Amino acid sequence: MKKLKRVLGALGMLSLLAIVLTACGSRKSLSQQDVLQNDRASNTITWGVKADTKLFGLMDVKDNQVKGFDVDIAKAITKRILGKNGQAKFVQVTSQTRIPLLKNGNIDAIIATMTITPEREKQVDFSTSYFDAGQSLLVKKGSNVKSVKDLNKTGTKVLGVTGANSVANIKKYAPKARVLELSDYAQAMTALKSGQGVALTTDNGILYGMASQNPGYKVVGGAFTKEPYGIAINKGQGAFKKEVNQALKEIEADGTYNRILKKWFGNVAGFNYKEAAR
Amino acid sequence: MVYILTHYWSELVQGLGYTLLSSVIALVFSTIIGTMFAIFEVLPNKAMRVIGRIYIELFRNIPLLVIAMFFYVIIPLYVAKIDGFTAGTIGLTIYTSSFIAETVRAGIQSVDPGQMEGARANGMTYWQAMSKIVLPQAFKIIIPPLGNQFINLVKNSSVLAFVAGFDLMYQANSIASLSLDTINSYMVVGCFYLVITLPLSYYMRHLEKRLAN
Repeated sequence: MKKLKRVLGALGMLSLLAIVLTACGSRKSLSQQDVLQNDRASNTITWGVKADTKLFGLMDVKDNQVKGFDVDIAKAITKRILGKNGQAKFVQVTSQTRIPLLKNGNIDAIIATMTITPEREKQVDFSTSYFDAGQSLLVKKGSNVKSVKDLNKTGTKVLGVTGANSVANIKKYAPKARVLELSDYAQAMTALKSGQGVALTTDNGILYGMASQNPGYKVVGGAFTKEPYGIAINKGQGAFKKEVNQALKEIEADGTYNRILKKWFGNVAGFNYKEAAR
Repeated sequence: MVYILTHYWSELVQGLGYTLLSSVIALVFSTIIGTMFAIFEVLPNKAMRVIGRIYIELFRNIPLLVIAMFFYVIIPLYVAKIDGFTAGTIGLTIYTSSFIAETVRAGIQSVDPGQMEGARANGMTYWQAMSKIVLPQAFKIIIPPLGNQFINLVKNSSVLAFVAGFDLMYQANSIASLSLDTINSYMVVGCFYLVITLPLSYYMRHLEKRLAN
């Protein structure tokens, strides 16, 4: 009798689990719903931002808020789309997790130092570019690496971040160098410091941020690629994409864009923010 | 999955190679080091027992990732230039050896003490008795848990991915970000791990059967 009870109990638990799971399945997948409609209803847009990248999106441990250029642009766009009381919600992403999170519907849009590339355009839609970055190199002061050409030697190790466009670029510009991919910029910086590679490569905006935090290091070689950053949106969200593009145009026209640019890049040594102004 | 397999075949094979290489090195050395510390732990000498205890407790209770990062970041700064593969493999060896030491110690202690006493009474030295009488019997007993440790070791070699060691997991991350097909990339790599671990698991079972008589 006791045994029977136990078996019945287990069966009951299983069927409960099955009901819960099927209930999830029958709802329309999040990424297939109309993002703009949902956001209007909840008065919130959920953005995927970097939290480990100085100047673009960095977690401030004092108040647990992510702060940076990307974050401020996202806030400005949110206000344009939803009105003055619109809420911007931020979810931390990495180069690796951002596309899966967008596809799952965990976030509505990605604004996380993401370069517009043809391969990515097959997976997601991009807004018009909101920042023109270019790939560059970060080296220890006094290093004999002056430009990307110096890296094109067998045995040279270059540090990059998994999922970043810059890794593929190095394979093109310095095919003889070996690229070590680390999981995020903080770890790549640690690896550079302990001499695991001679240079760290990624977009100049990110590198300037790292150089300002680590005085013994500097950005060299100038920008050897063009990396226009875009806001990534799921395929099939045409209405939302249109609103984002419209909002971008408006904040560029009314000076909000330049104000945010100056706030973050105005005092960065070596970066001419006036060139990037719109 | 077929697309990932055909498109990134060379990366996958390279990853399989590095994972296998790291696993074999770590397997050989962690067995040797582990057995050594297991013997330390059963020695009559108290100082040696303490050394064995400290080693095992220290490395058994620190996460593998922390040990590997230590060798990747700290050692190149102050001691010697080692790359990610070496750092990861050293970390894996040390970590696994502490578990193997505990397994082997259990094996040694499960052998009847009379075996040791008998061997000594017949004129063998302590080391002769240990290596010719006690250890062979101990290893026969501990084959199933030892097999567990070996399989864990192969899977734990994925720690190399975090120190850029070019292993299967590293390639998986890289392929997933290049192809933007996360699910299939990790499924393919999961199958590649099975290619290593399933034969290992069957071999250990075979060994167990053959020695059980």
